[in-house]
Amino acid sequence: MDRAEVDSSIRSLIEPFNKKGVEVADNTTFANDLEFDSLTVMDFVAAIEDEFDIIISMNQQAEIENYGQLVDAVTKLQN
Amino acid sequence: MSNPIDQASAATDLFSKFDPLIQQRQQLLDAGVQDPFSLVMEKVLSPTRAICNGRETILLGTYNYMGMTFDPEVIEAGKQALDDYGTGTTGSRVLNGTYQGHKECEDALKEFYGMDHAMVFSTGYQANLGIISTIAGKGDYVVLDIDSHASIWDGCAMGNAEIVPFKHNDIEAMEKRLKRIPEGAGKLVVLEGVYSMLGDIAPLKEMVRVAKENGAMVLVDEAHSMGFIGENGRGVAEAEGVMDDVDFVIGTFSKSVGTVGGFCVSNHPKFEIMRLVCRPYVFTASLPPSVVATAATSIRKLMHGSNKRAHLWENSKNLHGGLKALGFQLGTDSPQSAIIAVIMPDLERGAMMWEALLNEGLYVNLARPPATPANMTLLRCSLCAEHSEEEVRTILGMFERAGKAVGII
Repeated sequence: MDRAEVDSSIRSLIEPFNKKGVEVADNTTFANDLEFDSLTVMDFVAAIEDEFDIIISMNQQAEIENYGQLVDAVTKLQN
Repeated sequence: MSNPIDQASAATDLFSKFDPLIQQRQQLLDAGVQDPFSLVMEKVLSPTRAICNGRETILLGTYNYMGMTFDPEVIEAGKQALDDYGTGTTGSRVLNGTYQGHKECEDALKEFYGMDHAMVFSTGYQANLGIISTIAGKGDYVVLDIDSHASIWDGCAMGNAEIVPFKHNDIEAMEKRLKRIPEGAGKLVVLEGVYSMLGDIAPLKEMVRVAKENGAMVLVDEAHSMGFIGENGRGVAEAEGVMDDVDFVIGTFSKSVGTVGGFCVSNHPKFEIMRLVCRPYVFTASLPPSVVATAATSIRKLMHGSNKRAHLWENSKNLHGGLKALGFQLGTDSPQSAIIAVIMPDLERGAMMWEALLNEGLYVNLARPPATPANMTLLRCSLCAEHSEEEVRTILGMFERAGKAVGII
């Protein structure tokens, strides 16, 4: 899957978690813009992990602050 | 109003990150509620009674599950050790801090669990911190339940392994993650027997099987089950028949054993090397002689505690059933341990209920986020084998009056 395909797939996965309907761009942050708490993060990460059959460890999650970084990381991990 | 010096000092105050918590606490106190986190027990009368605010109070929020703190033989052992060995070791276990009593305490643990090796730490927190951070290194994976205790999370944070949490007690979520770990990487699955916030137990039979099938080592924290759950009080792993497949059991002396300290028991043939490489074991003073003497005596008595275990189960069933009948919302559908968690609608009413119970003469634990799962506020009741049947009835009466007064039932 290339970056654009990963992007569109994650975009649909994020919808149920994006309760306020924030417009998602590469620089949208999970903590501030999307206001994800730790439980939401866990469920969202689990959804991505299951979709792409990958592990995003907490060590890797710590490096991911915004949407663009997440798409980059998943693109790399699933190859 | 503000001069430049004030502004400069405000801008660099490292404590400003705590402002939201300070405000939340102040709001609670301004509402007239007694601070639930600064209670002083003026006198302790027994494992189940103390004087708080000048009044005799039933204790229903300690981890004194087996009521060992006032056992005459245990107290005598501690006094003897004080006389014979003094007040403290003033040294690390690996230097001048291992006395005869430390070895005897480890021998008692080996016998209690039927395991080859036992290592005593100065606290249970340090046992998790030390073992997890030491055995899981760079390139290894730790797969753990999201509701794990702070000491487990801190052990993960202190080490260099990849940390992979899964949804609470979700066997399938755990299995999926184990299967995705790269081939050849070391794997450690970390589970708890009893999860202390809601008092629920882990489905260890299936989880340990799945972990083993996927080539992982298994560590189970049995802090809240020791002495009580399982035929010999070894914990949930014993009750579920998977003791032989657990590589490391972590436990504590600060609950059923009735003093302070932590431990790890294991059958791993190379386990003894831990004493040299585990920093939270090496770089701290060992437990005082009186503490290990009381622990060893208590552990040996717990081996023969089956009558007390049976009575504690009765207490747990009576309290759970009674609270449910009164209309309280509980953390588990059925009693699974000695902890019964009563779910409060919010922190404010939780604190009011806590205070109303204290005024009735009952102490319970108020637990709040971030210690609790799903941002819940809980009144945690932990039972003791020394609570009588009548006391449990008295406790239910107190809950009924307080619950109605606060408007929760």
